[in-house]
Amino acid sequence: MVEFYRPQTLEEALQIRAEKHATPLAGGTDLLVRYRNWAGTLPKLSNSVVYVGHLPELGGIGVSGNGVGPEIRIGAAVTYSELLAHPSIPEILKRASWELSAPGLRNIATLVGNICNASPAADAVCALYVLDAEVEISGPKEPRRVPLHEFIQGPGKTVLKNNELVTAVYLPSSSLPITAYHKVGTRRANALSKLSFCGVAKLESGSVAGVAIAVGAVAPTVVRSREIEQRITGLRLDDIEASMADIMAGYDELIKPIDDQRSTAVYRKQTAHGLIERFLREEIRGAS
Amino acid sequence: MHEIQFTLNGSPVTVKANPLKRLIDVLREDLGMTGVKEGCGEGECGACSILRNGKIVNSCIMLVGMVEGDDILTPEGLSAGKRGKAINEGYAQAGAVQCGICMPGMAIATEALLRENPTPNDHEIRVGISGNLCRCTGYDLIVKGVHRAAELGKDLW
Ligand SMILES: Cc1cc2nc3c(=O)[nH]c(=O)nc-3n(C[C@H](O)[C@H](O)[C@H](O)COP(=O)(O)OP(=O)(O)OC[C@H]3O[C@@H](n4cnc5c(N)ncnc54)[C@H](O)[C@@H]3O)c2cc1C
Ligand code: FES
Ligand code: FES
Repeated sequence: MVEFYRPQTLEEALQIRAEKHATPLAGGTDLLVRYRNWAGTLPKLSNSVVYVGHLPELGGIGVSGNGVGPEIRIGAAVTYSELLAHPSIPEILKRASWELSAPGLRNIATLVGNICNASPAADAVCALYVLDAEVEISGPKEPRRVPLHEFIQGPGKTVLKNNELVTAVYLPSSSLPITAYHKVGTRRANALSKLSFCGVAKLESGSVAGVAIAVGAVAPTVVRSREIEQRITGLRLDDIEASMADIMAGYDELIKPIDDQRSTAVYRKQTAHGLIERFLREEIRGAS
Repeated sequence: MHEIQFTLNGSPVTVKANPLKRLIDVLREDLGMTGVKEGCGEGECGACSILRNGKIVNSCIMLVGMVEGDDILTPEGLSAGKRGKAINEGYAQAGAVQCGICMPGMAIATEALLRENPTPNDHEIRVGISGNLCRCTGYDLIVKGVHRAAELGKDLW
């Protein structure tokens, strides 16, 4: 029988995961839409669920030093509204959280739900890629940390085992203050993205001192290339144009979108291309 | 079947229900709160809006088991109070109501907004009601209605 479990502690929740392999439920804004059924009937869940959205151990945003700089820990039950209200959350993640949805969704939907859902169209995930986020996994063994790009394996696929829970997301200190975020969708609130773009950078005396670029919904997972970013780093702003064709040829190889009900592959490819170019030509100069 | 307890419009309630039942169904069918409307059933339209612990959420994509011990306010509870009356009157004076199906949800969104910001500007109102779809009014009159409600209910929020 499909059951609803409401543990009182994280320990109890992990025990339910280990024994019953129940599906974690946080805000439910992905899960309950996916298993939607006729009005007045139970959702079409084939597996039991374990509610984790209320667990005190998964709440709260903490800032601590780790020797290199401040590190931010975001608990797995933290909602977008809580992210937006917190002074230490990096601008790019706030932009993604803000664009993401309406108040009624931001108040309940969690950042970790967005990650675990592993949709290539997940807006916040795109921002977390440029922030070098790490995912904390707890289970029968000691909690472990996995870089986000290793945690997400493909559409709907993560490395999480059926006896584990994600307990937090860590953001290392972010030193790239120039921020550009674009979501291309049909309606501003409550619409899944056709694609999303995140760019962050830092300049030093007219040259690129650091850059990170991620594009969501144009390939099975978010596209980010450290190799191309390395090539951009060190370039003088005025020399970017001369390398543009080369840079864009690199991105075009990685951008492999599909046609779906929200958009076409051709549209996505051209738009992604245009957004990267605009970032490198204009937005990277900051100020605007 | 489980016994699930929470606070509904200020009073404690206990319902016997499968905790996997959608919150909207328990509110409407078991507790008679038919001011909670179902439009899309998937979080897009806001017709099913309620306040959970003072925050607006969509009851069509929640399970009743999630709200054990919580404080729930439905459009019924809202209209019974002074603020709800100011909201209803503000909307009426602005002529913001046509077919009416979106209105209970709009009223909840208005309450949620005015609690945080008792004197919102046009943009802030549009952000506040961005999760609530209206197929009739084109929203301009609703924005006026919220302004009017904020005036009528000055000092209530
Ligand atoms: C109307 C509407 C509009 C939306 N718009 C957007 C949008 O613009 N952009 C966007 O990116 N998303 C959007 N979404 C999707 C959704 O709101 C987000 O992905 C959200 O972040 C999911 O969080 P949640 O807490 O509701 O997840 P849930 O539905 O509770 O869970 C999602 C998945 O994560 C798993 N999970 C949750 N918590 C844990 C945990 N601690 N450990 C392990 N697994 C866990 C669940 O088992 C499930 O597989 C929208 C959804 C709706 C209904
Ligand atoms: S019925 Fe719940 S959001 Fe549309
Ligand atoms: S008045 Fe008809 S949907 Fe809003």
